Amino acid sequence: MCLAVPMKIVKLTGTDAVVELSGVQRSINLALMSDSELKIGDYVIVHAGFAIQKLDSVDAEERLKLLQEMLEIS
Amino acid sequence: MDEYRNPELGQKLLGKIEETLRGFPVKISIMEVCGTHTMSIARAGIGRLLAERVRLLSGPGCPVCVTPNDYMDRAVAWARCKDIIITTFGDMMKVPGSTSSLYREKVSGAQIAIVYSPLEAIGIAEAYPSKKIIFLAIGFETTAPTIAATIKCAREKNLKNFFIHCGHKLVPPAMRTLVNDPELQIDGFICPGHVSTIIGSRPYEFIAREYHIPCVVAGFEPLDILESVWMIVNQISRGNHAIVEIQYTRAVKPEGNPNALSLMNEVFAPVDSIWRGLGTIPESGMTIRESNADFDAVKKIPVAVEETKEHPACICGMILRGVRLPVDCPLFRTTCNPENPIGPCMVSSEGTCAAYYKYEKG
Repeated sequence: MCLAVPMKIVKLTGTDAVVELSGVQRSINLALMSDSELKIGDYVIVHAGFAIQKLDSVDAEERLKLLQEMLEIS
Repeated sequence: MDEYRNPELGQKLLGKIEETLRGFPVKISIMEVCGTHTMSIARAGIGRLLAERVRLLSGPGCPVCVTPNDYMDRAVAWARCKDIIITTFGDMMKVPGSTSSLYREKVSGAQIAIVYSPLEAIGIAEAYPSKKIIFLAIGFETTAPTIAATIKCAREKNLKNFFIHCGHKLVPPAMRTLVNDPELQIDGFICPGHVSTIIGSRPYEFIAREYHIPCVVAGFEPLDILESVWMIVNQISRGNHAIVEIQYTRAVKPEGNPNALSLMNEVFAPVDSIWRGLGTIPESGMTIRESNADFDAVKKIPVAVEETKEHPACICGMILRGVRLPVDCPLFRTTCNPENPIGPCMVSSEGTCAAYYKYEKG
């Protein structure tokens, strides 16, 4: 039910955006996001036709690198 | 995200968990309260990988499963009215009420439309002005803000034929009920990922502070879950104060999504709510505030609802509390299966029984 999918923004149209996953595009609503935080190329988590949060891809990579290092050292 | 499925790193994490727990006299019990975690754990077989040291419990993480029968019974009663179109997420269709389901009503001619987004229900209301459109609003904090935005949209469009059957529930109050349950021993919580994108990590702090139970907000890939278990295990082994940590940092901030939260709180107010298996939990549900009461289906469209009945042998309630497993149910795999579900935990694709049926072949 709380299923949500990360999708990439390919077009911003004010209150809506077009997002893409594996070549499939769909329009989503941005009412739950704050105005200035999104740009084309960002990933957002999409639930029930709404973007509910921005996905931090830099954090995703860094966390994995950190985990790798921790597992090597300890 | 494929990197988060790296088997080599997974193996190393398993080794660390094993190493940290070596010498512990008893298995530790970790509960997740999110249907998507239930499915991820079952799919990756994480329960079996950890089985020697950790008991992974599934709590009431599926909104469809915890919705009591009378919610469905009311939806069925409305579906039988000629001037009403029911709109719903697909997972609600086969959920059994006391004597029927939406699926059965649709076969008998009821007007029921499955939508992916609640905004599609607004489109249906605009297209059929002579009908009353009721949207079945089920879901946790992930979904409630989308419904709040939908109600605002209906207000802007001045729609008079659009209504919400509000069944939203809040996760942290249910977690309090679980930790107070004398039948349950919970040593750590894997906190829900998508719920936390909205509410953040702070609403779980009372669990760490008052009950000294470590909490980790987790992502959904196998490495996310294993790392979260490792973080919980580390907290337990250090024996310091329990805290709330975020493993799913790429999506969850401590403060959550303030925009979504303020919209949710503007439209809904907390209310006592009945959970299947857990009973009435104070302030664990949401009701539409008076300012938007004209969209509240229960207030605006009275209907006679049949007397609520539960299947006497179904143990979904105990499964939702984590005190029984699906295999303990006399109906599991025999009379109750995905083709013919008796209880909601088998109907919903995120239900514990459905996850067991699909992935746990023993």
